[in-house]
Amino acid sequence: MAKPKVAFYWCASCGGCEEAVVDLAEDLLKVVDAVDIVLWPVALDFKRKDVEAMKDGAIAVSFINGAVRTEEQEEMVKLLRKKSGLVVAFGSCAHIGGIPGLANFWDRETIFERVYKDVPSVRNPEGIYPQQKTKVDGVELTLPEFYDTVYTLDQVINVDYYLPGCAPPPDLIMNAVTAILEGKLPDKGSVLAPDKSLCDTCPRKDSKPEKLSIKAIRRPHEVIADPEKCFLEEGIICLGPATRSGCGERCINANMPCRGCFGPTKGVRDQGAKMVSAIASILGVEDEDKVTEEEVESLVKQIDDPAGLFYMYSLPASMLRRKRMG
Amino acid sequence: MADDGAARQLDKEILSPKPGIQSPAEGGGDFQPRIVGFLCNWCSYAGADLAGVTRLKMPPSMVAIRVMCSSRVDPLFVLKAFLAGADGVLVAGCHPGDCHYQTGNYYTRRRFALTLKVLEELGLEANRVRLSWVSASEGGRFAEVVTEFTETIRKAGPNPAKTEVFL
Repeated sequence: MAKPKVAFYWCASCGGCEEAVVDLAEDLLKVVDAVDIVLWPVALDFKRKDVEAMKDGAIAVSFINGAVRTEEQEEMVKLLRKKSGLVVAFGSCAHIGGIPGLANFWDRETIFERVYKDVPSVRNPEGIYPQQKTKVDGVELTLPEFYDTVYTLDQVINVDYYLPGCAPPPDLIMNAVTAILEGKLPDKGSVLAPDKSLCDTCPRKDSKPEKLSIKAIRRPHEVIADPEKCFLEEGIICLGPATRSGCGERCINANMPCRGCFGPTKGVRDQGAKMVSAIASILGVEDEDKVTEEEVESLVKQIDDPAGLFYMYSLPASMLRRKRMG
Repeated sequence: MADDGAARQLDKEILSPKPGIQSPAEGGGDFQPRIVGFLCNWCSYAGADLAGVTRLKMPPSMVAIRVMCSSRVDPLFVLKAFLAGADGVLVAGCHPGDCHYQTGNYYTRRRFALTLKVLEELGLEANRVRLSWVSASEGGRFAEVVTEFTETIRKAGPNPAKTEVFL
């Protein structure tokens, strides 16, 4: 029997997800034994035309990482969708937008202005920006369109499964690959990770007091966090309450608070809004009957860039999807 | 486990503006603000009721949604109301210290302050949301709040977010 065909593709991403595949280490050999990789731009020399030449549905599964922010990425993922039986959104960016999704606080114009003109290391007095069409010696050169908005993969094509994480941990990747090969997949649309909040599996769970109350917000660079204590108890904002577990608590174990790369748990529509609720619930709870409206405001003011913090990974997947540009 | 998909489906429905709460301005005519009001069961809803039975005059601009406590109002409700086409969102509860559940409105107060900051950062106009304390005996105050807020929204004009595809 022919081996199932597998494709890996990357869109707006950092390449860390490709690393995650390589991080499978010797397990990667088992995967390579069991499947036939037909596209993997970072490692193998297959081209778009090779994919185009395939029959629809010929690829068993496409693992696509990265958010969609250009015309080219949109075309490629639509092509892969047509040619694939299953599409797995691989990693935070494809799943919920990820770090590239923070660009949704700006649009093309403001991003270009910053990147090609305003940054101190750039000199561009003529204000030359990338164009979709440029004539050079009578030849027209083209670039794909750069969209105003970063999209999650499932806003562009149908996605069958989601593998969360920045990057997804090797054990979850291996579980997913095994489930696909053995045909033991859960319902379509599932996130292939446990459905518990990070706080539920946090190694510091027992240090969390019965009633949390934050008086002063501290940012991770301002203090050296106690390696045993709950971050929230120390006043360091941790997105654990609103984030799915399954990451192996990598950040917590490195003494850094959670930033939400696994996205929300099942059924939660907007991770950032949930986090607003969670943090507001524990801000200055002591003697709240004596707190004035002004004091509430100054408590809240301590949080720098709350939208960027609470939506660090999930802005494109949030209800608003992006900032409204005035 | 298919509910992630279901949530997205739901989202599609939410993202399309509801004809029910579109402002008549879209049909021509003067702009009549449409406000979604989340009123707590014990104080503000009773206050609204009192305003009604006392036959106080106020603009018919608010759709009341009764919640057991103002702290029930998830920031998501506010966002959802805007996406569904509301021009303004009012959250009203018991005065601080008077919460039926002792401390619920303290939660509301903090949550609202933080929600406001996030909304501003996301480019939504902060004057379109309002938090007010109205007790069960303050029918007059309720009418005032609704009248005042309606005027604020009338000046601000229709919620621009509802005509944008992405919002």
